[in-house]
Amino acid sequence: MKVAIASGKGGTGKTTLSTNLAAFLAETQQIVLADLDVEEPNSGLFIKADLQSEEVRYKMIPEWEEESCTLCGKCQEVCNFHAVIRLGDQILVFPELCHSCYACSELCPCSSLPMTKIRMGMTHQYKKENLTFIESRLDIGQEQAVPLISQTKTSIDEGFGSDVIKICDSPPGTSCPVIEATKDVDFVILVTEPTPFGLHDLKLAVETVKELGKDFGVVINRYGIGNDDVIKYCNENNIPIMAKIPNDRKIAELYSKGKLIYTELPEVKQELQKIKEHILNIYNELNK
Amino acid sequence: MKIAFTAKGAEWNSEMDPRFGRTEYILVYDDEKDELTSFDNRDIENEAHGAGPKTSQKLFEMGPQVLITGNGPGGNAATVLEKAGIKIFIGAGQMTVKGAFDAYKNNNLNEI
Amino acid sequence: MKEIVVISGKGGTGKTSFTASLAVLAGNEAIVADCDVDEADMHLLMQPVVQKTENFYSGVIAEIDQFICSNGGTCVEVCRFDAIHEIDEQHTVTKLDCEGCGYCARVCPNHAIKMVEQNVGDWYISKTKVNNILVHAKLGIGAENSGKLVAKVKNEAKILAEESHKDFVIVDGSPGIGCPVVSSLSGANFVVLVTEPSVSGFHDLKRVYELVKKFKIKAGCIINKSDINQEVTEEIIQFLKSESIDHIANIPYDENFTKAMTYGQTIVEYDKGELKDLVVNSWQKIKELV
Repeated sequence: MKVAIASGKGGTGKTTLSTNLAAFLAETQQIVLADLDVEEPNSGLFIKADLQSEEVRYKMIPEWEEESCTLCGKCQEVCNFHAVIRLGDQILVFPELCHSCYACSELCPCSSLPMTKIRMGMTHQYKKENLTFIESRLDIGQEQAVPLISQTKTSIDEGFGSDVIKICDSPPGTSCPVIEATKDVDFVILVTEPTPFGLHDLKLAVETVKELGKDFGVVINRYGIGNDDVIKYCNENNIPIMAKIPNDRKIAELYSKGKLIYTELPEVKQELQKIKEHILNIYNELNK
Repeated sequence: MKIAFTAKGAEWNSEMDPRFGRTEYILVYDDEKDELTSFDNRDIENEAHGAGPKTSQKLFEMGPQVLITGNGPGGNAATVLEKAGIKIFIGAGQMTVKGAFDAYKNNNLNEI
Repeated sequence: MKEIVVISGKGGTGKTSFTASLAVLAGNEAIVADCDVDEADMHLLMQPVVQKTENFYSGVIAEIDQFICSNGGTCVEVCRFDAIHEIDEQHTVTKLDCEGCGYCARVCPNHAIKMVEQNVGDWYISKTKVNNILVHAKLGIGAENSGKLVAKVKNEAKILAEESHKDFVIVDGSPGIGCPVVSSLSGANFVVLVTEPSVSGFHDLKRVYELVKKFKIKAGCIINKSDINQEVTEEIIQFLKSESIDHIANIPYDENFTKAMTYGQTIVEYDKGELKDLVVNSWQKIKELV
């Protein structure tokens, strides 16, 4: 079963929740925590575990073979992203712009643009007792998150059965990378804060999740600050509020040190217990 | 020799455009024929991706040996310009095209 | 006319709150641009009244004309994104999966596929509560945030600033390190980095600064919530020194920021004391550094 932890707004506490929730669940069962926020993966700062494996991740881009090329320019014609251009007697490829659609390579009449792999980032896998932690990180200068997120998901699916609960820390926002990270999960937890920014961005996130047809619930972080508009909004729209994590300066301090929160604050552990029950209910339904 | 400029208009007294990839106009001055030609590049606004490579390719077709611009090209465009052997001079972003040309002739611009 | 871009790497450091404060302090000296188009929030503090709306088009999506389609399936064979499936015996494109490469359209033997430009959002020119202009946008869900809309918003702001002889364009930049941030940064004269003294905040600060370095733009840093962790604040200060980044200010953790936000106010409007002074002084310093 896959659960995505997402939010519209950055900084609401997605990573705080996914790391604490994963560690808490791992006390009693096998859990996989995946950090799919590949531009800025942060979960690793809170999970202390042993490195099991690391893998370089590649994407496919066309590479020009001069000898067989007739400079017909078909490649440039079929590339919608301006990633291949003909400059006089050369063909130039721009890896950052390439979306790996293979059109130029397969439509080239002389097979002068075979697809070759180039490095885009890395995946590291760690383990500590019941918890397996997988983190993918995009190399600086690589502009596309989607291919790395996609490959990471595939290797998780291949490595772990559907009976294992996987918590996926998603990128913030509502654009392509978030869609890629959440489109095939069983449940989405949206993390928000009870402020105008939080509510505004929550609405965008709800729109996204509904468009994907996913079941979802809301966790309110920093509860006590701001106002009650988020609660009103959830109630008016029949959105389950799974937990309310209290606003506590101590939480910010622990977070700033890279420490887990629930082990030190019983109120937080209580809220995680509520989330655990909600998740296990869904898990049991799925596995009937 | 042909000298190219990134500009916001098609005349000598037009303002320079400090950007390269999304520049509004490309002007090319042929000093042998004393001719100034221009290309309206404003369609580039519609491109989500690859503005740098596209504009560089257009520039290449116009055949200059030198490019005078403001901030300089981004990564992709720079690759193309380097392969095309075009020399790039920056620092003219706040001048008029004429002013930029004079600055170039007086060696007041930086080559990158 | 100088362009000041505020970025953070990590979300939640207070970037937008800070930028809005600058926008209020700058008043008529500046045009403001909200380039965080994926999750635009500045309007919640600036109370803009929209004067002009424009549609924004970016990217294409394949559409199959069911009347011409003979269900041959060549499109499915060539699609690398698994975006075409046979649903109820009709080949259909799943919009959210289509990358817009156009390969299917090129190979369909019946020419049944068209690539259609998408209205992925809107951008707006508005007048704010302090009577300056805010250029902002809203990107639709699932849209590819390529930096094009960011470029559009910034450019419109720059044009307005030049036309009305404003001294500054103040930009609320995009979070992260990808295309939208690159687009936010290009053309900037000065970058304000807003960070927080947490392990992840510092980590993301370093990552985003790599980008700023590539563009060779002068930068200054605000350490927000600085008293949450004195140790990390010190580490950040050392980092700033080693990279010659100006240390603009330390702002202590204060719930008044959130309280102000719930009233739709920036901290400089809500607070009358130390916090306000810190932000006012920061703005002074930024103006000097630019």
